[in-house]
Amino acid sequence: MEFLYFLIRRALWSALVLIGLSIVIFTIARVMPGDPARLAMGPRASQEQVDDLRRKMGLDRPLVEQYQHFIAGLSRGDLGLSFLTKRPVNDDIAETFAATFELVLSTITLAFLVGIPLGVVAAANKDGWIDNLVRLIAIFGAVTPSFLLALLLQVFAGYVLHVLPTTGRFSPDAPIPHSVTGLLTIDTLIAGNFAGFADAFKHLLLPSLALSAATVGQIARITRSSMIDVAKQDYIEAARAFGVPGRVRMFKYMLRPAFVPPLTILGLEFASLLGNAFVVELVFSWPGMASYGVRSILQKDLNAVMGVVMISGLFFVLVNLTIDVLVGVVDPRVRIRGERA
Amino acid sequence: MSAAVAGESAPRISTAYQNWRRFSRNPTAVIGSAIVVIVLAAALLAPLIAPYPDHVGAVVNFRARHLPPSARYWFGTDNVGRDIFTRVLFGYRISLLLAAVVLGAAVPLGATLGLIAGYFGGWAEIVIMRLTDVALAIPPLVMALAVTAVLTPNLVHAMLAIAALWWTWHTRLIFSITRTLRTQEFVEAARTLGASPFHILFRELLPNCASAILVKTSLDFGFVILIGAALSYLGLGVQPPTPDLGTMVANGADFLPDRWWESLLPGAAILFVALGFNLLGDGLRDLFDVESVR
Repeated sequence: MEFLYFLIRRALWSALVLIGLSIVIFTIARVMPGDPARLAMGPRASQEQVDDLRRKMGLDRPLVEQYQHFIAGLSRGDLGLSFLTKRPVNDDIAETFAATFELVLSTITLAFLVGIPLGVVAAANKDGWIDNLVRLIAIFGAVTPSFLLALLLQVFAGYVLHVLPTTGRFSPDAPIPHSVTGLLTIDTLIAGNFAGFADAFKHLLLPSLALSAATVGQIARITRSSMIDVAKQDYIEAARAFGVPGRVRMFKYMLRPAFVPPLTILGLEFASLLGNAFVVELVFSWPGMASYGVRSILQKDLNAVMGVVMISGLFFVLVNLTIDVLVGVVDPRVRIRGERA
Repeated sequence: MSAAVAGESAPRISTAYQNWRRFSRNPTAVIGSAIVVIVLAAALLAPLIAPYPDHVGAVVNFRARHLPPSARYWFGTDNVGRDIFTRVLFGYRISLLLAAVVLGAAVPLGATLGLIAGYFGGWAEIVIMRLTDVALAIPPLVMALAVTAVLTPNLVHAMLAIAALWWTWHTRLIFSITRTLRTQEFVEAARTLGASPFHILFRELLPNCASAILVKTSLDFGFVILIGAALSYLGLGVQPPTPDLGTMVANGADFLPDRWWESLLPGAAILFVALGFNLLGDGLRDLFDVESVR
């Protein structure tokens, strides 16, 4: 029950964060110079046409009224029209978000699948060569520019390996199933299309690898230090005194509490992961929000820019709420006390 | 853990010397600071040590296009025949300037807000910490993209956009330290003696946060340089012909893999400086024993 209250409280704060974000992004979009109506119509449109569009888009109204309009739209889940594509921003983002979501999801999965075992092994061999190697991986993961790593992987795969595709989400001749979730790897599996799955999976591999490097290292380091902290606890000492074997101590009693800090870190770092996804998407021509976002930013397509930032913020908030739930699942103390330690 | 074991005739060893001894025996810190010193020197002395100082501008030298690294051109030349080594040296100036300005604005702001939120609590804490929550939800790179594009893309706007979000990390850090310190006796004592809030914040609490701030700032230097490079890689940072490492990687990438030096060597230069600050921060963290700072 306490845990439910905790989640409700977190959800309310998240709503507040999103409102704050909407004010920030609205201010940036409306206060900065540049006439979006003029940009949308092009330099050859007459002043009357531009003024007409300004009226249609509500740009001639007072700022407060414009913000009310924007918020009213947001609460209906309507991000407005794109000045550029003349389509609802919702549709544009819906098309591109699935690709970004799939990339981010597979990156997180990869980061945990690799990072947690690395951290455990490093903690078990504290100050040994494996520990130092993991530390080195973590440091280089953190300091390698994501675009450089992406380029290196692309060149390596394209010119040396000749096995993995280096651009896009799927091969032009691959049978792409009817969209259910928008995630190609999952849609192909639902359709029982294993050739399509293999194709989508291969396309996903390099971008995820490039994006996950920083997160893998961080998760490994955090897992290591939390494993070492947990190992000093009395109950682990007691388990040892009772003669519980090392392997059982480690996987049954230590790993579970040590799992919480990596989750928390992921929540905090998620924004920068999303930012890096923009760069990686561009290198691999991944048809996600990045190419759409960068294009709309360059064309000063304000509704689209606001939409991309709001969706990024919403994504961040939802990921953090999911992490709150997961932390509750992993750590019963959080469930009972109703707050994070 | 005092480094000096009292011998019979051991002279008194100063704290500074002890710190230096611990620092110099920490390989991470030593390698990190060596890299940082090299990069700083390269950036400061660039006009003196660069082999072709005039290659900084829009120079075209078609006879020397796409030359691989050699004794004459250490890092090779780019697609208009400019010496890449020279441009990397000058590129460091931009990177370091960007990071210094961003952190020079973000760290004092973030630390002050963190001190206020942590010490006063109540409404100040709610307002400031919720504000950081909002800022944390925005990917810095996306924010920088939005700001630099709505304004014109250039170095100043890039710095503005990054600084506008970066303070949050320092606010969170200082807040968590200050919150545990605020009930301690030395703060109580200062208050009882009638010290002003200003005195308590900046003379009592701030010195206790100094080592954490130093470690965090050192780590941040690398990360801000990486974000700046990513921005200019996307074409939204420093505009040509000013040499910028991210831009050089982007331009050189068209010639991969045959002319690898044009993108990979500037890329390695970014990695090198980020590595230096990261190792230095890591070493300082061990030295000051502030495990919680990331």
